[in-house]
Amino acid sequence: MTLPARIATSGPGGAQNPLRDPRDKRLPRVAGPCVLVLFGVTGDLSRKKLLPAIYDLANRGLLPPGFSLIGFARRDWAHQDFRQVAYEAVKEHARTPFREDVWTHLAEGMHFVPGEFGDAGAFEALAMAVKELDQTRGTGGNYAFYLSIPPKFFPQVVEQLQRAGLTERADGNWRRVVIEKPFGHDLKSALELNATLHQVFPEESIFRIDHYLGKETVQNILAMRFANTMYEPIWNRSYVDHVQITMAEDIGIGGRAGYYDGIGAARDVIQNHLLQLLALTAMEEPPSFSAEAVRAEKAKILSSVRVPGDLGLTTARGQYAAGWQGGGNVRGYLEEEGIPANSKTETYAAVKLEVDNRRWAGVPFYLRTGKRLSRRVTEVALMFQRAPHLPFAQTDTEELGQNALVVRVQPDEGVTVRFGSKVPGTSMEVRDVNMDFAYGKSFTESSPEAYERLLLDVLIGDPPLFPRQEEVELSWAILDPIEEYWAEHGKPDQYRSGGYGPDSADQLMARDSRAWRRL
Amino acid sequence: MNIDLADTTTRRIQKALMEARHRMGGPAVGMVLTLVIVTDESAQYDAVRAATESAREHPCRVLTVISRDARGSSSRLDAEIRVGEIGPGETVLLRMYGPLAEHADSVVVPLLVPDTPVVTWWPGQPPEVPGDDPLGALAQRRVTDAYAAADRLRTLARLAASYKPGDTDFSWTRLTPWRTLLAAALDQPHADITAAEVSAEPDSPSAELLAAWLAVRLSVPAQRMTSAGPGITGVRLTTDEGDIEITRPDGRVATLSRPGQPDRQVALLRRPMAELLAEELRRLDPDEVYQEAAGRFASEQLAPPAAPVTPVPPPPADDAGADDQASQ
Repeated sequence: MTLPARIATSGPGGAQNPLRDPRDKRLPRVAGPCVLVLFGVTGDLSRKKLLPAIYDLANRGLLPPGFSLIGFARRDWAHQDFRQVAYEAVKEHARTPFREDVWTHLAEGMHFVPGEFGDAGAFEALAMAVKELDQTRGTGGNYAFYLSIPPKFFPQVVEQLQRAGLTERADGNWRRVVIEKPFGHDLKSALELNATLHQVFPEESIFRIDHYLGKETVQNILAMRFANTMYEPIWNRSYVDHVQITMAEDIGIGGRAGYYDGIGAARDVIQNHLLQLLALTAMEEPPSFSAEAVRAEKAKILSSVRVPGDLGLTTARGQYAAGWQGGGNVRGYLEEEGIPANSKTETYAAVKLEVDNRRWAGVPFYLRTGKRLSRRVTEVALMFQRAPHLPFAQTDTEELGQNALVVRVQPDEGVTVRFGSKVPGTSMEVRDVNMDFAYGKSFTESSPEAYERLLLDVLIGDPPLFPRQEEVELSWAILDPIEEYWAEHGKPDQYRSGGYGPDSADQLMARDSRAWRRL
Repeated sequence: MNIDLADTTTRRIQKALMEARHRMGGPAVGMVLTLVIVTDESAQYDAVRAATESAREHPCRVLTVISRDARGSSSRLDAEIRVGEIGPGETVLLRMYGPLAEHADSVVVPLLVPDTPVVTWWPGQPPEVPGDDPLGALAQRRVTDAYAAADRLRTLARLAASYKPGDTDFSWTRLTPWRTLLAAALDQPHADITAAEVSAEPDSPSAELLAAWLAVRLSVPAQRMTSAGPGITGVRLTTDEGDIEITRPDGRVATLSRPGQPDRQVALLRRPMAELLAEELRRLDPDEVYQEAAGRFASEQLAPPAAPVTPVPPPPADDAGADDQASQ
């Protein structure tokens, strides 16, 4: 029997693997031999997301035999202590069932290197540890460094990695570095951060994690738009009246005062998550789903985004005040521990943006995000224009709103279509109804966590879901003028915890004769 | 909610399903397929449980066809409807008596979810030709399990010979973790492979398929060796530089060894039925790779022993093992 003409290329260097076949869809992509070095292993993110995601990947058979994980932190731990911490994290937070065999072999590959970021000896110990793993577990000299640490330490860590020789690689090996938001706090600092990383790592080996892009529903935006025929014809200014992109949280800042104050909602959420959602919603069809093609389309949209002239009228911001929320009495932002009483940091931000291209000219994109709102929801809502003519009596359609197509990103992932329907009864009365595609409800138990997907992509070296430097810089270029305006004009309005945000945000919409979707 | 309908008709079942759905507030909207399970009373419990578990990933209507005594002269249909207790989707157990048991498709067709794929699954003895079976013909995907048959290897050969696009077998599904590990091993640079060898318990349809798949994909002779099991215990790929080998003596942990590198271990568990079913439901298009592997196995199995494409291994031949197991 002869081999089929088309054989999947995979593995480093694109060598042909005869066992892979594009028709063989059962075979998943599996990471090659490697070590993942996790900095900041004691943090919340590590415990709640990264360690469980690593276990889930192992449980699904997607990590290579011999996969090794090194934790690095300022703790006086032995390997055993690290494994115990990881064990508890996995037990509590992993998505897939706990299996002793999987855990045993994963844990054998878990090592811990104690040390401070300023301690050159610790990094030498780290270099010894990875080399030893190459010998004992066959990790093949491939290392990924996950910097789950505050960005102010990046320069130091990167420099130490270089000094310890950890960034030098032999032919056929790879080095990758993974960083989390924030990617700077304005354009200037983002450029500095990139310069720091680029000293040591080329752009293609830098993986910036925006965990929203790993979510199934976010990837589904592209599938929905470009795999179907019924959405794309109306996905433009001829039918869409405006777009609302929302990320609301019901929690306050919690213990993140040190990080949050001075950053604020716009830098924390709009710059990355919401502008990425905007780009995916508004972008043109890429010629292919390769990383380059998708990123190029996203970059085109981000460079077409225009911030309206009068920022006093097209932006709004607020700080949550004390109040009752979700059955409990909560403190206001200014009373939170570690927040100065005169802080001007916003916990709610809303902006109106325009996209200057043929498809979207004249269609405003309203972005809003806030903490301590009535409920937790992230969604992209396309609000359609009203029908040009309604052959009904005025009284029949009083309750008819705008048609809407809502991509619910979290929680309860799915798609909602809202349209008018006749109310049962004798008279012709039309009212809004919702049609629901419960993607989330039915699939959550098996759909991978965003971090699972993204970690696997890092280890495989598959970059489409990671924003590249250009996108980060374009996003800051959009946000910078807004931040500058806010810094010079007034201060955030107070809004009631557990509500829908400040009145100024509602006025922003009212000026355009529009209204926010109720959370 | 549990609804029992004795001596009923499909129309009453449809009505009961719709009423149940209305009362629950419409949980059935997201159903992506209809799963028809053809089984008997004794195997029904495990199969329905597995289907319910995979329904969490693939919300579906499960129609379980249970043939009761077909000898009687009067036909009767009993239905048991379960909605909303155990996850998304709906489960209907259909018990058929008398001549009706021979015409199960007449009951199943009106109950299919409209305009969505149908998958038929025989957890026990597969039918002679799944694609020609009345309940198989209405499905896009027909899932059998040669391992559950009385004569496993002959059953697999027969299924392969009568293959129609959409056929698949659990003995192939069980291989996915093995095949994943092997494919990942060959993602790394390696010397040319000259021969392959699969060791497994005798009478293992999965092992035969794995050997056939390796032979097809690598264009090398693939031998079948017999071991004590459980299941598949090892695969060896011979290269000029040494052997790439994956061994799993205990059915739990696999060791990957390759020339010039330390041995590496990874958990390689045998998967429960619900996971196998969930994997089958993930793809509803024909599995050509299975077709190729099964076709290769069938052509060797049916070919005269004198002229095999691959050398027949010296230890007990497959057929001998099959006969031993068949008597159990």
